[in-house]
Amino acid sequence: MCGNEALAEAAILAGCDAYFGYPITPQNEIPAYMSRRMPEEGRVFVQSESELAAINMVFGASATGKRAMTTSSSPGISLMQEGISYLAGAELPAVVVNVMRGGPGLGNIAPSQGDYFQATRGGGHGDYRTIVFGPSSVQELVDCMALAFDLADEYRMTVVVLADGILGQMMEPIVLEKKPRRELPPKDWALTGAKGREQNIVRSLWLPEGALEKHNYKLKAKYEQVQKNEVICEQYEVDDAEIIVVAYGVAARIVRGAVTRAREEGIKAGWIRPVTLWPFPTEQISKAADELRIFLVVEMSCGQMVEDVKLAIAGKAPVVFYGRPGGGVPTVDEILERIKQLTIPRNVKCKAKNAKPKLKI
Amino acid sequence: MKTVFMRTPTLKDCPTHYCPGCGHGIAHRLIAETIDELGIRGRTIGIAPVGCAVLAYNYLDIDMVEVAHGRPPAVATGMKRTNPDKIIFSYQGDGDLAAIGTAEIIHAAHRGEQITVIFINNAVFGMTGGQMAPTTLLEQVTATTPRGRQTTSEGYPLQVSELLALLPGAIYVERCSLHNPTHVRKAKKAIKHAFELQVSGAQGLSLVEVLSPCPVYWRMTPVKAMEWIEKEMTKVFPLGRLKG
Repeated sequence: MCGNEALAEAAILAGCDAYFGYPITPQNEIPAYMSRRMPEEGRVFVQSESELAAINMVFGASATGKRAMTTSSSPGISLMQEGISYLAGAELPAVVVNVMRGGPGLGNIAPSQGDYFQATRGGGHGDYRTIVFGPSSVQELVDCMALAFDLADEYRMTVVVLADGILGQMMEPIVLEKKPRRELPPKDWALTGAKGREQNIVRSLWLPEGALEKHNYKLKAKYEQVQKNEVICEQYEVDDAEIIVVAYGVAARIVRGAVTRAREEGIKAGWIRPVTLWPFPTEQISKAADELRIFLVVEMSCGQMVEDVKLAIAGKAPVVFYGRPGGGVPTVDEILERIKQLTIPRNVKCKAKNAKPKLKI
Repeated sequence: MKTVFMRTPTLKDCPTHYCPGCGHGIAHRLIAETIDELGIRGRTIGIAPVGCAVLAYNYLDIDMVEVAHGRPPAVATGMKRTNPDKIIFSYQGDGDLAAIGTAEIIHAAHRGEQITVIFINNAVFGMTGGQMAPTTLLEQVTATTPRGRQTTSEGYPLQVSELLALLPGAIYVERCSLHNPTHVRKAKKAIKHAFELQVSGAQGLSLVEVLSPCPVYWRMTPVKAMEWIEKEMTKVFPLGRLKG
């Protein structure tokens, strides 16, 4: 099973009632898989006429209390931003998978991490957030689907799973199992027909003076709860590290190889891998920057997450970026080379006490 | 004393925000009456458009959602596919349905979605200040056609219902008008029929286009607006059943 098919099956296991999608490479295995499997399960599959329609079909199904998802790749996700903003305003749960490709524009169909800004800053118009996962293996991609549906329902917001062309196409052995759901609040807001009760209204328009401001503060309070409770982050050999490499998704897997090699060569290197990109592991990274060390951020882009790392570190430590955009995938050797450039070779003695590592970039 | 006419329960007992002489109030009432007569209030979900009728949920006492401009047929698709037992209708203006949402309505009809669409055609964008709509008549002066709509620069009035009637997935398409009591009653009959088709499980989309007055942006008195529908609008948008 490739990553795309695996995440589709994981969504079915997670209780996805309806899938709506429009073909775009490199995620075409998902609608193809869903078109077969969803009817088998007695659930809904619709191939929409556009990504705009797909996200609004998700909006409709979600407004009635059903678990709904759509998937696409970068250009299609841009089209969905209108709907994602409305989902945020109307506080409707939704799961959106972005199997990222190179951009801007039509770009190419190679893997990329160029949509980090779009995903973590909300993406559409208005004052809102989405929860964003950046899985780095097919297993993690599968595991985050169940959590994505739960978090979407719990916080009534959109959860974006930010994969890329490599993860979508990659085949890895995985364990697919049904996970117990979180304890979730009842969907008493859902539109089910006002039988024996007052009408329910799902809306994002707040015209009276002060009404939208109040609504925005309500959303803000919710987002703060997410930031407090839902950060997921992995760390490796951070305690004694002179250099910490920060990366997410597929880039983090390559970084893992480079850091292991660096350790073998006697370089005190470690890594931090944000699993949730929003909420961002600001505290974990800030804490790591309390020690004297350098941070190297590696991305498959011209540098996007590096801004969040800098915000977290707030000038306490130097932050260096290395990235490959447009479908370029950094190699272990390239990253190892950067690590070496940024650290003091073991055979050189430092004269000054607490000498800072040399920055050669 | 015998009551011969009263507010239908699904229409809330409150003043509307609509301008004097606007047709939305009549159209709302016809929908509310239909819902009550068919006894489907407890399983009906309405979709309000972007436009003057965005606040329709303030007047119709049913579960309602307000969605992005032009997207109601896609939202309705998501609702109906996951809730085949519910009655789903969208209420859309000519900007919503005939301009920005053309793709959504064409494809919902083309897929034969079992939904009902009430399409209010008042030949103008009302809420944003009376700009040209795709359904604006030739020579009609609007905020964005100050010299009157010209074919050379703005094209012809778009007859969406005729387009939709061509699609096999659209099973019922009728154009009605609200310009006098006779036609209001005809519109009621059409709206009720469209809902009945969905209730009966008929395979396809039902749409009723309603020619509706916008006296403020037509720069007319309400009475003149009604006359204008009869004399001018029905020439370009002939009334009657187009399909089904």
